[in-house]
Amino acid sequence: MITKEQVEHVAHLARLEIGEDEIDDFTNKLDAIIGYAEQLNELDTTNVEPTTHVIDIRNVLREDENKPSIEREQALGNAPESEDGQVKVPSVLD
Amino acid sequence: MKFDTVIGLEVHAELKTNTKIFCSCSTAFGAPPNTQTCPVCLGHPGVLPVLNKRAVEYAIKAGLATNCDIAEETKFDRKNYFYPDNPKAYQISQFDKPIAENGSIEIEVNGKKKNIGITRIHMEEDAGKLTHDEDGGHSLVDFNRVGTPLIEIVSEPDIESPEEAYAYLEKLKAILQYTEVSDCKMEEGSLRCDANISLKPAGQEEFGVKTELKNLNSFANVQKGLAYEEKRQEAELLSGGEILQETRRWDDAKKETVLMRVKEGSDDYRYFPEPDLVTLYVDDEWKQTIGEDIPELPDARRERYIHDLNLPAYDAGVVTQVKAISDYFEEMVAQGADAKQAANWLMGEVNAHLNAEHLEITDVPMQPGELAKLIQLIEKGTISSKIAKQVFADLIEKGGDPEKIVEDKGLVQISDEGELQQIVDNILDNNPQSIEDFKGGKDKAFKFLVGQVMKETKGKANPQVVNKLIESGIEAR
Repeated sequence: MITKEQVEHVAHLARLEIGEDEIDDFTNKLDAIIGYAEQLNELDTTNVEPTTHVIDIRNVLREDENKPSIEREQALGNAPESEDGQVKVPSVLD
Repeated sequence: MKFDTVIGLEVHAELKTNTKIFCSCSTAFGAPPNTQTCPVCLGHPGVLPVLNKRAVEYAIKAGLATNCDIAEETKFDRKNYFYPDNPKAYQISQFDKPIAENGSIEIEVNGKKKNIGITRIHMEEDAGKLTHDEDGGHSLVDFNRVGTPLIEIVSEPDIESPEEAYAYLEKLKAILQYTEVSDCKMEEGSLRCDANISLKPAGQEEFGVKTELKNLNSFANVQKGLAYEEKRQEAELLSGGEILQETRRWDDAKKETVLMRVKEGSDDYRYFPEPDLVTLYVDDEWKQTIGEDIPELPDARRERYIHDLNLPAYDAGVVTQVKAISDYFEEMVAQGADAKQAANWLMGEVNAHLNAEHLEITDVPMQPGELAKLIQLIEKGTISSKIAKQVFADLIEKGGDPEKIVEDKGLVQISDEGELQQIVDNILDNNPQSIEDFKGGKDKAFKFLVGQVMKETKGKANPQVVNKLIESGIEAR
């Protein structure tokens, strides 16, 4: 059973703001989704390697050759704010 | 109470590829901000990363050169976190199946050899670069570095002192430079190091609580930061205090570590397999081809210099630390320089010049053959070693034929006894007091007389001949 605290934790990790009145709703929904996926546990997967891809394509690689980058104006086009050719963000110090 | 120190290092090295790890943007350092980006490295929706083959080969090479097992099957994972230098809100890294594991490198501290284990080497993409506004109002982001291929090299907690940490880093850097997988320029950020350190009562199995050190922007600072932290933790423990699991920053101005934050629980990165990249398989043939490309490594060169060139172990160690210096040394020897003399010049005059001017050996116009020739001019007695230093000052700045510099400047050593005899006689005639002093047992007086001859000849007199002539001159009086 998914707890209210878990919902709050996941919301925080995803930087989502959830109102007090929404938590119960999300808890129920997440619980239903996890419960649905839980059905997979009915299968016996002993000796089965974890699958990371459903199709077995191997070693897709490219050569180390330069191609033109996009223009700086384009790169900054989606930034809410920019300054001196850089993206301007609220202060972060770490 | 005595404590054992336990240190583990995490080194990030940028791989020397032309393009980023998952897109074809340039990785060149120093471009104007945000001119080397594309929808892939900026993390726009709907784009697909494609792995750079050379980045993989460099990572394998680094693994082989540090005696690691190379994974037959390896994959990438998403490490999720929000930070402005990370436009996708996840970093593509490797979690449970790194490209290389279980390696080791040998270090030597105070003549004692020791192996330091390497837990793993994994591939990942670099983040962007943040600069912080002076007044603290905002930060600026340059995404040029986003997606530059990195390897993270994680050591086993085998390092027992700050000195060993320094030696490990020097050796690791040398290996990465010799194999040419990374520039390892700390000042450009292509090599970065975080350190974990803890103390435990001597002999105890269980590790103590560790702190993590950041902002260690030179090997010297790694050593200083660890030494400071070692003392700080010891004092804390001895006074009955407790070490908290915290991240501390090295403050180079204050020469101390400063608390950044206390870690609560483990970071929640929610790693999961990167769905946009397929599994990578490394077969023996590929591994072998890359292995054949690994040049002679610093340890092997060092041994060869000691055994084949009779170089003292210390010299051999210093000369092989930087590949470019070692290559230069070999070329000098190939061009006829005495190995010991070549090492002396490289460790002495050349090194002093490079340090003073902040240059690399590859930046100076002086060719190895030219310095070799300078050494031969001393050996032949054409110039004295004192004059050689004058010639060297010219040579390292401009390069050229040392023989020609000697001739043009009229610096050829005077070894002719007849020519020197006259000068010596004059000096002796003018300094009877010094002769008396010398006869009275003052050795300094002799040096004074030699100095006078040198002054008279502008340093060109052959010192051995001068010594001989002064000796016989004094005896005759």
